[in-house]
Order: sequence, then structure tokens, then C-alpha cells
Amino acid sequence: MNTTTTSHALGATPAWTREFEAILDAYRQAGGDPNALQVPEVATLVVSANQVLVAHGIEGITFEAEELPHGVKARIVVAPNARIERTVHLCFGMLPAEGLQEIIAEYEIGAGAQVEFLAHCTFPNATKLEHRMDARMHVGAGATMKYNEAHFHGPHGGIEVRPRAQVTVDEGGQFVTTFNLTHGRAGVLEFDYTVDVAARGVAELTTKAYGVERDAITVRELIRLNGEGARSVAKTRAAVRDDATSQVLTTTEASAPGARGHMDCTEIVRGRAVARNMPVVLVRDDRAQVTHEAAIGTVNHKELETLMARGLDEDAAVDVIIRGMLR
Amino acid sequence: MTDELLRIDDLSLRRDGRDILRHLNLTVRAGEVHALLGLNGSGKSSLAYTLMGCAGYTPDAGRIVFDGRDITALGITDRARLGITLAWQEPARFEGLPVAQYVQVGARETNRERIREALEAVALPPNVYARRVVDQTLSGGERKRVELAAVFAMRPRLAILDEPDSGIDALSLADIGALIRRMANEGTTVLLITHRDEMALAADRASLMCQGAVLWSGAPAEAQQYYGTRCRPHIEALGAQPWDEKLPEVRDALASNGKDAR
Repeated sequence: MNTTTTSHALGATPAWTREFEAILDAYRQAGGDPNALQVPEVATLVVSANQVLVAHGIEGITFEAEELPHGVKARIVVAPNARIERTVHLCFGMLPAEGLQEIIAEYEIGAGAQVEFLAHCTFPNATKLEHRMDARMHVGAGATMKYNEAHFHGPHGGIEVRPRAQVTVDEGGQFVTTFNLTHGRAGVLEFDYTVDVAARGVAELTTKAYGVERDAITVRELIRLNGEGARSVAKTRAAVRDDATSQVLTTTEASAPGARGHMDCTEIVRGRAVARNMPVVLVRDDRAQVTHEAAIGTVNHKELETLMARGLDEDAAVDVIIRGMLR
Repeated sequence: MTDELLRIDDLSLRRDGRDILRHLNLTVRAGEVHALLGLNGSGKSSLAYTLMGCAGYTPDAGRIVFDGRDITALGITDRARLGITLAWQEPARFEGLPVAQYVQVGARETNRERIREALEAVALPPNVYARRVVDQTLSGGERKRVELAAVFAMRPRLAILDEPDSGIDALSLADIGALIRRMANEGTTVLLITHRDEMALAADRASLMCQGAVLWSGAPAEAQQYYGTRCRPHIEALGAQPWDEKLPEVRDALASNGKDAR
């Protein structure tokens, strides 16, 4: 079923209205601006569970969305050379405490196009809920795609989030993404991105997550710098406390002259939490270079004492440091 | 201006097999700007960390009395809550922490006005700097100014300023001097740690520190005179550690410690 519903649709049913208002409220809790979802000039896709509440395209960008038994299949196309001036808003949420939401998404960014997405994923009541995203993203030659994803999970921790993406960046294209899971309980996070970068293409991945109690965070990234002069940065920031775990498994492969990759991982551990970082560097060309840096463990002692010298106790100081790092 | 706010009695600190502070005595009066003048390596920063209660700087002997209370056993947070704070010589960097939030951390007032006032006091335009991040994107001089702004915003009872002029361009030294005087006017007692004798002239009183001990306290102008004539010979007499106290010149030098430090 192709959906072209907009938030301004006349004759919306009371049930639709209630669902839309509830998801807007969840969106607000996640840090989003609900007003942005109702502006005609802003391209918007709003999905609640398996219902497409809004699929509002504008010139240069189209949405095709199909409802599935447990989610939505969406195709988002940005026309070649289109310049989407205003950030495209995506809202994926689920209000019930239990269930499965599966988003199968295809992003096609035409050559030379420029677009930025802001995706908010809100699961405020989750106690036994799974959210899967399986995305294919194609960034055409010379195009720029920015994709920022922020999650809000509520306090219960009974959620499993599995964002997976296969990204292809064509020659001279740029793919910049941030993933942020720092509000509410992380639950189980299995982040898994694979990015192939062609000549002179750029990939920048930033992932931030905060785990408490028994949360389990896994960040798996594979970046293949296939073309001459391809570049990448993979930056991960994670903080875990109580019995939470985090593991960051980042691989960068450089297989062409002038390819440059860098991996930068910081994980802060408190209490009985466990953090692991396993960077893998694979270089197949003697004119390429990949570097990595990692700091795993306690907070920086000098930072801690600096804040304590202003009157904060240790826990409060650590919180300020972690919140800053994850900002 | 005769009430003592800080009194350090016979303080000794040994780290990594070396005497860092050696029977150090010092009194800082309430409301004064007191310069602690000493050459590099004389133990000034170690004294600052010891006064603040930093980890690894627990004295082996002696005591620290603040406003009549022995604080030697107190931790860093408790000392800060009594009104003591430290502006670090090389301040830490904080990933993602905005300047405004950093400046506000210890401030009594939570209003934006105090943040603005603090940034302006160190000549950092608030509209430019409030949203900057206290990370590597700030230059060394900018970071130092933010550190001083944070201390200013806190309105502490005792501000220990460790080399506040280092990394600050020469043209801006007057700003730092004015800030220190402004802090004093707001009721903050300042212990100004410096190796530059001209900086000490901004103080009400000054003390000379050599090889872990305070040798002399008095007027800043006199301190400037003594700085060259007394500190260097003292260091030369002591020589490198470990000190051999059987040597008469070492015994004499050590015996002079703290005689005039009140």
C-alpha cells in the first residue's frame, strides 16, 4: 500500500488523531520538535508501530511507504542535484509496552543531491519491545547525505534495538551519520553498519550510547575504503555503569592509494560494568593509512578533580563528564 | 585585614622518594591577595594540590587550618564546599561540555547574568564563548581564561590561582591583574601562585618559596628584591636532593625555612 497521507489530511479519523498526538508527545519527549512534523515545507515521515501516519514529500524528495504486519517498508528518494534546504524529519515510534517494529528502509540519494535527515525513535513505554531497522542507503556521486538518529527509550530497559545499514558511497559522495542513545535505558543495542566508500568519498560515523543496570551495547562498524583518496572517521563514545556492558568492534579497511581512515573510541566504565574495544585495521595498499585511538576505563582523573574542586561530589562530577562526552 | 583565613603548619609532603614540601609554614589573611613567588620546581603547584586535597597529595606531616578548622583530613569536595577552589595551571579539557555549563558548575548563583559577568571579567565575549566547548578547540590562553571565569563565578572564600598568567599574552596580563583585584573586592581571598615577580606586585602580601619551603613573607616589593638575592643562593646551597643535612650550608638553609613566613 502506497501512502501519501499528510498531517493536514482532512477527514482524519479520531483513532488516527489520537495516535498522531500520542506519537507527537513521544517525539517531544525524545527531544524532537513536534511543530517541525506539521510544517508543509518540511518533508516528514511518521510511523507508529506499523502505521504510516504521515508521509509528506516535498519537491526533490519522495516517500513510498508500505505497511507490513510488524512494521513498515519505506523507500525514500532524493532526486539528482536536489538541494533539500530543510532537515527531513523521520519519526519512528511505538507506544505499547510490548511488540515488534521492523523498519525496512531504502534511501536513494541522487548524484549531486544534498539532504539531511533527523530521525527520532521513541519507545517511551517499552518493557518487552524490539525495534529493527534494516536499511540500504545509496549516496550517489558527489551527493551528501547526513543522517542523525536519536533514540528515546523510557526508563524500563525492556527494549532491544537493532539498527543495521548497508551504505554505499559513490565517487566524491559524503555520508555523515550520528547515532545517539543516551536518553532512557539503552536495553540491548546491536548497532551494525557497513559502509563502502568509492574514490574521494567520505564516511563519518559517530555513535554514542549510555548503558546502565544490565544494558548491553554492541557497536559493530565495517568501513571499506575501496577507492583512491577515500576517507573515513569512526568515532564511538560509550559509558556504562552498574552491570552494563559495551563492546565496540570497528573495522576499517583501506584498499586504495591515498585512502585514509581513523577510528576513535572512548568508553567510560563505572561500577561492575565491562567495556571492550576491538579495532581491526586492514590495509592493502602501501599508500593508504588507517589509525586508531582508544581510551577505555575510568574517567580522566584531572577532569574529575577539577569538577570536585567546584564542590561536586564524585558521582555528580562523573555524570557531568559523561553527559558532556555523550552530548 | 588581620584575621587569618588559611594557616599551614609544618607541612611536609614526600612523593616518589623526593621531599616536595618541607616543614612549610604559611599564613594567608582573610581578604588579602597573597602572592606565593617561587622558581620552577620549588613546589608551588604541589602545595596548591595539597591545599585542595587532590589524590596523591596527602601530607606526611603538618596540618592545614582553614577558618579555624583543621581540614587536613578532608577530601577535595568537602574543601570546595567550605569555599576553597583551585584554578589549575594547566586546566583539564572536557569533551562536549559547553563553556557556560562549565562556568556554572560551582557558581552559587544559577542565573545567566553571573555567567555573562564571569566571561566578561576575563575578556571573553559571552555571545561568542558561552556555547563553545571546553575541549581542544580552545587555545591554551582561552582555556586559562575560562578556568578563571569559573573560579570567579563561584565566589569562593579562598581562590588558589596556580600561575594564572601562564599562557596569557602579555597585552592581557593587565586583565588578569584586574580580575584578581575584582575577586578580592568581592570578598574572595586569593593565593596567587606565580614565578613572575612583576605579577606578585598585584598582591597585598607575598611569600617566597624555595625547595618546598616558604622562606619569607612580607611586602610584594620586598619580595621582588629577595627573589633574586635569596631564592637562588638558597637553592644553590641545598643542591640536588637527597639533601645531606650533615653539610653545614644545607643545615643553615633548611633552618631558615619558614622563619619569616608569618
